[in-house]
Amino acid sequence: MTNGARSDSIVRGFALSSVFWLLVGLVVGLWLAAEMIYPALNLAPWLAFGRLRVVHTNGLVFGFAIGGIFACSFHILEKLTRTPLVFPGLAKAQLWLFNIAIALAALSLFAGMNTSKEYAELEWPLDIVVVVLWVMFAVNVMGTLVKRREKQMYVSLWFLIACVVTVAVVYILNSLAIPVSLTKSYSAYAGVNDANVQWWYGHNAVASVLTFPILAMFYYFLPKSTGLPIYSHRLSIIAFWSLVFGYLWTGAHHLMLTPVPEWIQTVALAFSMFLIAPSWASVINGFYTMNGNWDKMKSNYLVKFFILGITFYGLQTIQGPTQAIRALSGFLHYTEYIPGHVHMGTMGWVTMIITASMYFSMAKISGREIHSVKLANVHFWLILVGQLLFTVTLWIAGIVQGAMWKATNPDGSLTYTFLDSVAAMYPYWTVRLVGGLLYFAGIAVFAYNLYMTSRPKPGTKSSAAAAAKAQAA
Amino acid sequence: MRFDSLYEKPVLFAIAAVVVISVGTLVTTFIPLFLPSTQPVSPLIKPYSAVETEGRDIYIREGCNNCHTQTVRPLRTEVARYGDYSRPEESAWDRPFLWGSRRTGPDLARAGGKYPDAWHYRHMANPQAMFDKSNMPPYPWLANAKLDTSLTARKVKTLGYGYDGAEVARQLAAFRQTVTAPTYPSAQVRSQVTPVGLRGEITELDALVAYLQKLGRDLKAAQKPVAVSATAEAAESKNPYAGNRAAEEEGEKIFKENCRSCHGEKGAGGVGPNLATTARKYGGSDGELFDSVAVGRPGGMPAFLPQLGKDRVWKAVAYIRHLEKERR
Repeated sequence: MTNGARSDSIVRGFALSSVFWLLVGLVVGLWLAAEMIYPALNLAPWLAFGRLRVVHTNGLVFGFAIGGIFACSFHILEKLTRTPLVFPGLAKAQLWLFNIAIALAALSLFAGMNTSKEYAELEWPLDIVVVVLWVMFAVNVMGTLVKRREKQMYVSLWFLIACVVTVAVVYILNSLAIPVSLTKSYSAYAGVNDANVQWWYGHNAVASVLTFPILAMFYYFLPKSTGLPIYSHRLSIIAFWSLVFGYLWTGAHHLMLTPVPEWIQTVALAFSMFLIAPSWASVINGFYTMNGNWDKMKSNYLVKFFILGITFYGLQTIQGPTQAIRALSGFLHYTEYIPGHVHMGTMGWVTMIITASMYFSMAKISGREIHSVKLANVHFWLILVGQLLFTVTLWIAGIVQGAMWKATNPDGSLTYTFLDSVAAMYPYWTVRLVGGLLYFAGIAVFAYNLYMTSRPKPGTKSSAAAAAKAQAA
Repeated sequence: MRFDSLYEKPVLFAIAAVVVISVGTLVTTFIPLFLPSTQPVSPLIKPYSAVETEGRDIYIREGCNNCHTQTVRPLRTEVARYGDYSRPEESAWDRPFLWGSRRTGPDLARAGGKYPDAWHYRHMANPQAMFDKSNMPPYPWLANAKLDTSLTARKVKTLGYGYDGAEVARQLAAFRQTVTAPTYPSAQVRSQVTPVGLRGEITELDALVAYLQKLGRDLKAAQKPVAVSATAEAAESKNPYAGNRAAEEEGEKIFKENCRSCHGEKGAGGVGPNLATTARKYGGSDGELFDSVAVGRPGGMPAFLPQLGKDRVWKAVAYIRHLEKERR
């Protein structure tokens, strides 16, 4: 078996694992959406909202997104370096450890073992496992890059390197804690500093997991699936360095008007505004790549995923900075507007790009065409409509909620009790649940379609043979 | 371009990336770790007691921070709704911090002392019985679990709260005595939600309630009582809506939304005292009733003036008068 064929089976393994955790995370999400409306669904400690929400976020960020990133990164890495993974055995072990870690993470969070720091809830033994996993990944990425046969590193590889180093730095520093038992630890930081470090991490987890590697996929798979070169290499360079530089300053925009020192908030706000430029540089690069070839939106089933995906990225990176403005933060923060914002990024940008990238790479390594273009189109429309219904509803809900919290009578007293603002949310939460169901249906179609596409081609015995054939062709 | 070779050297590229991400990290996160403004201490803000520490860990275990914030922003309406805005020194003992990011439920930074323990026991067991529109999950199982205190001493030591294992044991014994005594003011409601076998023990719910009652209390205790100029003048005055039928009806609506959860249907009593009576602990004049509602009373009656305003407080008083009459 060649290294290339072995790594194809690893890519397939990561992709299918990622989709499995996607389905799990979404089922939990749907249950949560229903619990918002029917609190009686908090049937048992393991099903109570506070624990499930953490399973939902961790399952999707670490199970789905990271799994998808491992799959697509290895694929991109091999293609762009024209070199097989240097340590396929290590990657195989990483695949096993990844699934064990996510399963243990879910179980421990269900059991209430959590540090309470958002997107870093895992207790310290699992933090160590995460670090080990990341080192395994980094060794293969850097090793393959060093051994590569292609002289120049393409922009996707820059984003991949940025992902590797940034995740390592922010994850380790934020998770520093002092254990009191195997399942319980206390943060190394206290109060204001803990908040500041946590949101420096929280925001850069978004950068290094849900932005850099997704951009790596976008810059690779858009040209691959269209045959069109990226519009501007120079724009890619500017976009890359200013994005990577700017992101790390902005964490405190999650802490506007809190006891964190005001200057840190203001610096975060300024850099949040700055980030619009490099974010939109990638959007523009994507759009101009399509210049003169917009008919491919119709003729090529993958293009609309990438173009809609980058469009939501563009909207997301305008909406985010505006939310950092103090006056708007005072109005919108803590309302449903923020989950609305987050879900446009995850359900629109991240999922559009990862699912399309998986279609392309699975078809490539199984040596066949996608199982069904028609199903891919159904998948596209369901997740698009589901996501828009979900996010737009929550934006409106957030504005209503913010307005109710701020409303006063002529004598200065508050117009609404907090409970009034809860009662006003039920219709919106119902529509959100419907949006989530539509989106889930789309993902179920995707999972089936991807699975059928990923099967080794009939007539060949193993994926190795299929890959060898593809290589020979 | 001169830097072109950077794109051919992966290790150098990775080092360059680390340098670039380090700048913002250094300025906004690392340097602040050592500034006085991020670690202010105040002798007024006390560390958590042994039971409060365990209660806080239950708050963390159940993920309460996913729906409740603990930071009041310096905004007029927010201060009116929750209380004074949060200060950095208030979080000095918090590892981790629990400010949260979403208010599916209300902020809790000023929850301490707002309601009596009985309110929390009843509310945690069945929130919808008190507020039918609430979507707070019920947590009846917390009262069914004995509090695990095997790690308490080690936790307090790790957190540096400045008292030792013997003091932890003393605090736990004293707390157990308090909540299990028949003289405990919330004894009746506590025994309603606690299974017979655990009524003599500290339950997880006891610890959680103790923690909630600590939130914001040190700051409140350090501050002078809120100036009550509005009420000083009111104490002398008569209810402008006395006998006004329309105002009484509006008062009934206000009562249902704000008072019923504690004082019961038609003010018949519950966590709070019976209101459909003329026998009143704090006096029955218009002014005295206004004061009770507007600025609250010790033992769990919260101040409603900031939330309701003078006009609606008078209307609530008019409704309470109406209940008196109905009673007679």
